[in-house]
Amino acid sequence: MDLAEAPIVLMLVGLAAYAVLGGADFGAGFWQLLGGRGERDRELREHAHHAMGPVWEANHVWLIFVLVVCWTAYPVAFGSITSTLAIPLFIGGIGIILRGTAYAMRSGAASPREERRIEIGFACSSILTPFALGAVIGGIASGRVPVGNAEGDLVTSWLNPTSIALGFIAIATSAYLAAVYLAADAVRVGKPELEEAFRKRALGMAVVAGAAAIVGLAVVRNDAPRIWDGLTSGSGLVAVILSALAGAATIAFVAGRRYGPARVTAATAVGAIVAGWGLAQRPQFLPGLTIEQAAAGRSVLIATLVALGLGALILLPSLGLLYSLLLRGHFDEGAAPRSAGRSETAPRTGNLLPAAGVCLIVGLAATMPVTSAWGRIIGIPFLLAFIALGFVAIATAMSTAAKDDR
Amino acid sequence: MTFTLFAEAASSASSAFGASEQAYLFQARQMQALSFAAHIPLVCFGIAFPAFVVFVEWLHLRTGDDVYRVLARRWSKVMLALFAVGVVTGTILSFEMGLLWPNFMATFGNVFGLGFTIEGISFFVEAIFIGIYVYGWDRLSPRTHLLTGIPIILSGFSGSLMVIAVNGWMNHPTGFTLVNGRAVDVHPWAALFENSYFWHELIHMYIAGFMVAGFLTASAYAWPILRGRTSRYNRTALIVPLTIAALAAPVQIVVGDWVARDVAETQPVKLAALEGLTTTEKGAPVHLLGWYDGDRVEYGIKIPKLLSLLAFHDPNATVTGLDAVPVKDQPPVNVVRISFQTMVAIGSALALLGVVYLAAWFRLRRLPATRWFYRAVVVAGPASVVALLAGWITTEVGRQPWVVYRVMRTSEAVTGASGIPVGYATLALVYAGLAVAVAWLLRRLARAPMDMPERSVSPVAGGGPDGPR
Repeated sequence: MDLAEAPIVLMLVGLAAYAVLGGADFGAGFWQLLGGRGERDRELREHAHHAMGPVWEANHVWLIFVLVVCWTAYPVAFGSITSTLAIPLFIGGIGIILRGTAYAMRSGAASPREERRIEIGFACSSILTPFALGAVIGGIASGRVPVGNAEGDLVTSWLNPTSIALGFIAIATSAYLAAVYLAADAVRVGKPELEEAFRKRALGMAVVAGAAAIVGLAVVRNDAPRIWDGLTSGSGLVAVILSALAGAATIAFVAGRRYGPARVTAATAVGAIVAGWGLAQRPQFLPGLTIEQAAAGRSVLIATLVALGLGALILLPSLGLLYSLLLRGHFDEGAAPRSAGRSETAPRTGNLLPAAGVCLIVGLAATMPVTSAWGRIIGIPFLLAFIALGFVAIATAMSTAAKDDR
Repeated sequence: MTFTLFAEAASSASSAFGASEQAYLFQARQMQALSFAAHIPLVCFGIAFPAFVVFVEWLHLRTGDDVYRVLARRWSKVMLALFAVGVVTGTILSFEMGLLWPNFMATFGNVFGLGFTIEGISFFVEAIFIGIYVYGWDRLSPRTHLLTGIPIILSGFSGSLMVIAVNGWMNHPTGFTLVNGRAVDVHPWAALFENSYFWHELIHMYIAGFMVAGFLTASAYAWPILRGRTSRYNRTALIVPLTIAALAAPVQIVVGDWVARDVAETQPVKLAALEGLTTTEKGAPVHLLGWYDGDRVEYGIKIPKLLSLLAFHDPNATVTGLDAVPVKDQPPVNVVRISFQTMVAIGSALALLGVVYLAAWFRLRRLPATRWFYRAVVVAGPASVVALLAGWITTEVGRQPWVVYRVMRTSEAVTGASGIPVGYATLALVYAGLAVAVAWLLRRLARAPMDMPERSVSPVAGGGPDGPR
């Protein structure tokens, strides 16, 4: 692997993370729609909603990550893909808006009826979006995106056998992942009847997703022979076999109620197939454009990798914190009672006000008369410090004073 | 740092990837503008609101007063909801970069993409800690919980820094050489961060974020106070955002002056459009109001030499006119001019309101008593959003007809795909629905019962009915 391929590896990692984590959130929406209607099933839907709460936003960001790395490191490929596949991307985008809106609105729902209506909006967009994004992948994989500004067919680039197959596989995989994860979460929060409900759904959906994958492979064989060849030989074949084994192992683990390993194997099954796609497609990015040719210049690739490397130093521990809090049940209801550590004294902010005044005077003196860059470099931080210090001083004084004249 | 001169570069910027004959360029621009207009006010809440919430939580920890706790919890729910909507509207923006302007992305994605890569990382950090913060109430120790709010504030700043760095680059493109329509010899760090142009934009926007979030939040609480619901909860919820907005608004005038001077230096045609100055002039005037008829400003109130004074701090300085460039390279003057004057007028009024508020505190050590003050605060919220959008229209339309100033025209950047009007209409409809949904949600969140200290002396441990859902 050389420098030109490093960003695409990171993009595939991001795509796999989005397919697993974001996919599980889409699948949770799927189960809110098809999870049942009655009052008994309300608990099931509620569980599906709660499970994704703290991680919903973070899981979504993987998609942004893939997009920005693509347009930075492979700008011509990005422009070609987005212009030719404009329709499914737009549909996916609209689905994302509806989903986010419905998700935010649910916290304001006051009655079960309102809740149900919002959930249906959420669920429909949770099905629409993975289908559209799967169709995008299908268009790229089947070589229907030529290089250039909207050079490909705006309709058949995504309404074709491979795209449609991948759209359905995306929906089925999401629902399957979600069922596995929701069953595992149900064990953690101690709700055996929910665990059983999602266990059944996971097993059922595993069969559906497996069947969809097999049909998908048959479609790819006819519709995208290049990818078929890549997936049936060499490292691509290894990835497909790994994915199939991991999928089978997940079914066994779920059947045996061993959800911890099932989480891992389910994610592996999805990650392996994303890797397999990358391996099968290599070295071509788009028809007539290799990854090497698509890559931006050396300085850009290095800058991107350095930024991502430094970013990972912050991101990975943060993600670790988020998921460890989630999986250890720290976000579950009634997890840890809060300890009352209070000082019961009004904060002393008396010194802040004169400090704010000094900052204001220095800031104005440095910025106003002088037109030099240095005046601003010194002055602007002082003006910002004036806002911050003044805010803490005055807002504290006023809101604690407001206590007395209630 | 290498920088190709404009004239010859402009003609070739589209040749590598392919410009298109797009009949609906104007609709594409409107669609992009609509998406920005929906997203930017939410960005302000992303920048500033976490600071309000964390501050109020800090007050609770320091004083043990439960009013602050109830307020911080309710605000954190609002923060999460607005963040969720901001996430999706921001996602649409990143989609549209490619959907509407593929040639811009294909040609220059490598030059400015680094900024968005780092923005993506800060967005990630923000999303992670907002989840931890909002769902961590009562589940983390109070001190840890407060600390998890800090990364949200910092990543809000770094995220806006990156996006503004890209916008600064579009206004003042450097760090690359254009050869046969491809950007080569790219120095991404230099292009984004050695760019003299982005610092003023960043500070201007960052302060605007605090003004908009501050005045809007304050206006939501000035309304019930006007109607007689002057509980301490409402007054605290007014004081915190209003104080920071009141401090930020006058400072924004100083920063605005800096912005104007940098624009005068770097984008003289944009400055000429701000005033409607046709010919280069010594001691140029400013016209308040009026209408630019293609040659001069009609019906305006003329203030002699003011433009020279404002732009160069010298009443007799020479200001470049619009005719320095051919008509096809000039921005639409009236849109830019009216937006600019709207922004300045509202900004000045907000600064005045801020000074009144601060003066009242210094003299009386309490909130002003007159109803007119609260009426003004109610108006200030929406007005600040108008000023924010007017400011963005000023800088973005003022850059036209260029997407990359003097390097690539917006008409060269646009997609060749058909169906832009359908997309625009769909998005307009969806965003209208989104606006209604957000309004509905904020009303609901404001009404939802929370355990006020009067009703429950010992706060409920664990989730309870007010736990985040």
